Amino acid sequence: MNTLLIIASKEVREAVRNRWVVATTLLMAALALTLSFLGAAPTGTVGVGPVEVTIVSLSSLTIFLLPLIALLLSFDAVVGEIDRGTMTLLLSYPVARWQVLFGKFLGHAAVIALATVVGYGAAGVALASGGTPIAEESWRAFASMIGSSVLLGAAFTALGYLASTLVRDRGTAAGIAVAIWLGFVLLYDMALLGMLVAGGGSGIGVEALNWLLLANPADAYRLFNLTGFKSVSAFAGTAGLAAHANVSVPLLLAVLAAWVAAPLALATALFSRKQI
Amino acid sequence: MTEATIRVENVTKRYGETEAVRGVDLTMAPGECVAMVGHNGAGKSSLIKLMLGLTTPTSGRIRLLGGDPSSAAASHIRRQVGFLPENVAFHPNMTGRETLDFYARLKGAPRRDNDALFERVGLEPAAVKRRVGTYSKGMRQRLALAQALLGGPKVLFLDEPTTGLDPALRQSFYAIVAALRDAGTTVLLCSHALTELEGQADRVVVMNRGRKVADGSLATLRSLARLPVRIRLTLPTDDIADLARRVGEGAALTRLAGGVVELACANDDKVDLVRRIACDGPAVDDIEIVQPSLDEMYAHFLRREAAE
Repeated sequence: MNTLLIIASKEVREAVRNRWVVATTLLMAALALTLSFLGAAPTGTVGVGPVEVTIVSLSSLTIFLLPLIALLLSFDAVVGEIDRGTMTLLLSYPVARWQVLFGKFLGHAAVIALATVVGYGAAGVALASGGTPIAEESWRAFASMIGSSVLLGAAFTALGYLASTLVRDRGTAAGIAVAIWLGFVLLYDMALLGMLVAGGGSGIGVEALNWLLLANPADAYRLFNLTGFKSVSAFAGTAGLAAHANVSVPLLLAVLAAWVAAPLALATALFSRKQI
Repeated sequence: MTEATIRVENVTKRYGETEAVRGVDLTMAPGECVAMVGHNGAGKSSLIKLMLGLTTPTSGRIRLLGGDPSSAAASHIRRQVGFLPENVAFHPNMTGRETLDFYARLKGAPRRDNDALFERVGLEPAAVKRRVGTYSKGMRQRLALAQALLGGPKVLFLDEPTTGLDPALRQSFYAIVAALRDAGTTVLLCSHALTELEGQADRVVVMNRGRKVADGSLATLRSLARLPVRIRLTLPTDDIADLARRVGEGAALTRLAGGVVELACANDDKVDLVRRIACDGPAVDDIEIVQPSLDEMYAHFLRREAAE
């Protein structure tokens, strides 16, 4: 356990020195603040508060941005260290391979978590000081959006680690990371939409659609944030979907957690067998 | 003889089609300094990785400090092993102290010893506080040696430790290695800078294309190689006919630049030949005896291997 923390804290320290932490936190905060100020404009007539508007726009943006940041941070984690020769030295120390992988993952996930919590938290502070009274449920929705964003970041960090252990070449790992992002974030939903349109709504059943949405961490995140709370789904226009999609909140969280655990487990298995 | 610290038994390592290490046997005792020499790609680094347990042998058996280095229980073994890899790299944004602290924590070595370690490898306190990215090659190599010495290892693997170091640094480097060896550490030195290994290693292992082609002390290797000893004479005159007559069949005679004549003879004939020249030969200004160098022996063993 101690070894894990030593490796994780080194990873965090490197990210701080690289300005990764500062850069991602500032980026997240800037986006969140912009959206929360812009989001204050259309409120009043539709009967939703500024927090709900912010949650919808921010979570939609998070789906694109956070996976990209997580993959950029993680695709080099293993293959890069092997390439530079630092992995050989590290593994000659009394550490197990799973400890190296988990420790590094913990460090990177912590960097993403920190950037998300601080960045989005800043938007929360801005909203709170806005003067409009905000219901407790809205705050709960906002907090769970931050929490699920951290999970989403961790899931794509884990996918990045998988890409990083899969191949021997940094360029290939970067390519796989881009493919993962394109696939899960853009193409998957397009394909799903295409399937629905082509089938005229009767091609695949609701049940199948639910499972297909769960098979993508980005969609699980979207469902969780847009349908998880009534006040949000009313504004997001997903109230109808939420009524049909009888996927419970704990299940969505479990799916996100599985998207963290499964790639990481696979990466660990691959890394343990890897000839350095 | 005490228990061997490293025991490599008939080890072969295959990467796909290529055989990086073929049927190598190697035993090393505490307090022994062994130099492993060979071309790039001769299997030196592969063998070190096997001994460190980073890779597992395709066949054969490796024992490091009495255990299997690649097993799950190898942590306590690795705690007693130091390794200086070829082309060592550290994170450029961390300071020297932070880097050594990190490795000390991983190894469970007390961090209060780090200052003494920095002093031992000759890294100034001012340099220790700077980022590794600003270090020269020599300073990085000193830091690399410092991390290898963490926790007082019983076995030390040094892979090309002196590449890129200036001669003064090399001297201090070998002084540290000699002190460790005298304290009972097994040291395995890998290099292709052969000349500087002379006088440093108790034993020399010659590797070629994954195979061990020679193993023994420098003297043993010399007698095995049967390379000629060269006697260089500086003559006051240009007349070498007389000398040639006296030397006779036993030695080959070549004329070098600057009025120097070189006689090549078998090691066993050396003493007799020198006596003949000194006692009743022509006038000689200077005499110099050149033993075959490690480079020449290395070339010889490779030629012999190629001929087989």
